[in-house]
This record gives sequence, structure tokens and C-alpha cells, in this order.
Amino acid sequence: MAKITFITSDNETIVAEASSGSVMELAKDNNVTGIDGDCGGVCSCATCHVHVAAGDFDKVGAPGEIEADMLELEDNYNEHSRLCCQIDISDAIDGVTLHVVN
Amino acid sequence: MKKSALPDPFAQAREAKGYGTIEDQNDPVTMLLRLKDVRKTAKDTKTFQSGAAPGRIVVPSEVSIRDTRQIPFEVDPPMHGEYRALLEDWFKRPEQPDYRESLEEIITELVDEALQTDSLEVMEQFALKLQSRALTLLLNIPYEESDTWIGWGMHVFRSEESALDGDKAAILYDYIDAQIDKAIEHPGDDLYSVLLDSEIEGRKLTKEEVKGVMILTFAGGRDTVINAVTNSIAYFAEHPESLCRLDNEPEITAHAVEELVRYFSPLTHMGRVVTEDTQVCEHAAKADTRVSLCWASANRDASTFENPNEIVIDRKMNPHVGFGFGIHKCLGATHARQVLRVLLGVLAQKVKSIDILEQKDNIEDWGEFQRKVGYDSIQVKFHGKD
Ligand code: FES
Repeated sequence: MAKITFITSDNETIVAEASSGSVMELAKDNNVTGIDGDCGGVCSCATCHVHVAAGDFDKVGAPGEIEADMLELEDNYNEHSRLCCQIDISDAIDGVTLHVVN
Repeated sequence: MKKSALPDPFAQAREAKGYGTIEDQNDPVTMLLRLKDVRKTAKDTKTFQSGAAPGRIVVPSEVSIRDTRQIPFEVDPPMHGEYRALLEDWFKRPEQPDYRESLEEIITELVDEALQTDSLEVMEQFALKLQSRALTLLLNIPYEESDTWIGWGMHVFRSEESALDGDKAAILYDYIDAQIDKAIEHPGDDLYSVLLDSEIEGRKLTKEEVKGVMILTFAGGRDTVINAVTNSIAYFAEHPESLCRLDNEPEITAHAVEELVRYFSPLTHMGRVVTEDTQVCEHAAKADTRVSLCWASANRDASTFENPNEIVIDRKMNPHVGFGFGIHKCLGATHARQVLRVLLGVLAQKVKSIDILEQKDNIEDWGEFQRKVGYDSIQVKFHGKD
């Protein structure tokens, strides 16, 4: 089980848990505002952009090359940016905090 | 080659130099062919403008046949954002369960009908009907209205002979004018009325602005959806194993839809007007000339997509630009995705196989590039599951 904390751009905090799937799916299941997941998680829409909390970035890891190419063109891109459809849920990311960009 | 295949005519030019040049009514266009160039250019709305003379960013140019500005597509920031914000929620409605259910009814009826007949022409008898009926949901108007649009036939906005037939376009424009007047007299909860009641910068939208949004809604989602639906059916005819897989693993449906949109790229490209002397892939682009973002080519770019010319039905990494990219990305994408997701679900559930009996490919002519985008007509026979 991994517990994930989402902080929306309106500063609402949503804590959700799951043991499989992607972080984008978890966010959608929990109606996290700002995560639309339009493309269903194939890295094409960037409507699932998050900033990983600085202290958690190592746990989550850096984006792959294709994801990084997408992110670099996004507004509000920074070195902690990820598309959360590309983050798989596992025990390894238990406890991380993600700031929703949109 | 399979009958359902859409070959990639851009490969050589994309790899060799990254662009192609086409003539268009004395206003030539430099087509950008690489995914990264297309994405970067789509993001740079200052240098590559959409808010040019109405019709100029479309290729072939429609400057000589229309004055109405299509909104929000032919508007740049900051106004673009204001219009888009007005429309965003409405165009997200297709995600709601009752919208989905209504779509499922529409599509189930069409598939059931198709299963009853020995020969079905997919463009006219299936895709056009589906697109028109689904559009009543997006506009939130009575289902019967779709009969009018189906009655217009396949080529309402252009004639068979010419992509630029002003008289044909007038059918749609006059129709929309009349619908706007009707909504002014009897406001309801349809898109026309909602727009007429909307405010931008502290004032009501004008009739001309409402018309600009409505034209875009009609025109932008017509050929594109019709091609995507028809191409999907042709693909499944030659890949019954994919249909079977979708039936067994419905959870891959959303991935399949993205992959079909990548491969089909129902809209080949979209133009921009260059505002200052600049460069695109090491090629000079002068102010007041046009470039186009070639989604169809970008979606086959082998530097990003593995096996770009194959449909990999559960492709996981798929950063395609089939719905455009950047602030102008397709406003109707949520609707189109839902149409395709539901269509795949219903087909997987009910259809065992499809035979292609006869076909006539629709080949677009872009100077040095000839691109198959779909069909002029395709005759098929559906076989149901027992
Ligand atoms: S959901 Fe589309 S890129 Fe993540």
C-alpha cells in the first residue's frame, strides 16, 4: 500500500491510498482537481503534471527521455516536474507529496 | 500492404531535412515534419500566430471564402485564454456518465443495424450518422436535429471538386445564423443559448463570436471524427485479433484509442503565420509567411515512436499530437475520445469479424506528398457473435 498526498493549486490537501495502477489513476479516482488525465495515461496530454515535493524526488525518480521531452515545453516546468501517469504506484513511493500544477 | 493501412508519405523528407514546401493559392506553406519541431512551434504562440486573417492558418487557405473568425482557434493569447475558459467545462461534459450512456445508445443502435445488413457503406451509412447524432449530445439539442445534418451528405462544407467552395460553406453558415436567431427568441440549455448568455471582458458575446465558436464546433469535428470512425472499422476488419483482445481486456481501450488517433491522424496539419523573421529546423522562415504543424508526420517520427508504422494496440508511451498540441489543442478531444472509446467497447462486445468488400481511398494531395487520410467510400459486411 502506498499513501500519496496531493496538494492542489487551491491548496486543498487530498490523501489517497492504493497498491497498484498509476498515480494519475489514483488522482482521478479521488477527484483531485487539476489532474484531468485526458489521454488515459499514455504521456500525450500533460494534463497530469505534478511537482514532486523536493525531499521526495529521489523516491519517485526522474522522468524518462520521452516524458522529459514533453515536460520541458510545459508551463511551470521545473526540475521536480513529472507526469504522474508515468509514476507507478508501489511501496517505494509510500508517503510522497505531490503538488498539482494546473 | 493491408487495405486498412495509412502509409506515411513524409518519412523521407522528415528524416532528410525536416520540412516540405507546398504551394497554396500564392501563399506557400512550409510544413514542419518532426515531432519536436511541431511541438516547439505549437508552444510558441508569439512567433507563430493563429490570430491572423480569418481562414489563413487553415491549409488550403480559406481567406477568400470566409470572414468569420473561428473561436478560440483563430485567436491568440491573452484573448484566447478568455474564450477557452468560457468553453472548457462545456466541452468536458462527455466525461459524465449520462453523456456516455447516451452515446452508447446511439452507437449500439448503429452497430445493431450494421449487423442486419449484407453490405454497408461505412462513411455515409455509419460514420456520418454516428458523428451527426453524437453532435446533438455535444450541443445539447434534440436528437432529431441530426437528420438535417445527415441530409446535407458527406460534403457539406466543400464540394467533390473543390475544397474551397464558398456556396457550399454558406449552407452551414446560414444554418448557424438561423439557429442563433432561434436561440435568441427561445433560450434553452443548448450550446447556442449558453454562449449567447456568456460574458467576456464584462460584456455579452456578440452573435458573430457565437457563430465563430459554432462553425468551429461543426467543421472541426466532422471529417475528423468521420475519418477516425471509418478508419477504425477498416482496421478491425483486418485485425479481428485486436477486437478480440479489447473484448477480453477492456482496460486497454483508452490506450487503443490514443494509438488509433496517432496512426490515423485525422487532421493532417494546421498552419500558423510567422510574425518575425525566424528559423524552423535550420530553415529560414520569414515574417508574414506560413508554416504548418504536420501532426500526421510528427506522429510517425521514429526518433520517438518505436515501430511508428504499426498499430500497437496497447502502446504505453504514446506522446502523439493527433489532437494538436499546446493551447490550441483540440477542444472537442474529450468528445472525440469518448466517441471512440464507446465505439470500441460496443464493437468488441458485439462484432466477431468484418469483411471489406470494396473501397476507394481518399488521398490528399499536398504537393510532393500524397497522403491517404481515409476513404471516399468503403463497403463492408459485419458478422456478429453468436
Ligand atoms: S494522463 Fe495524459 S500525459 Fe499523463
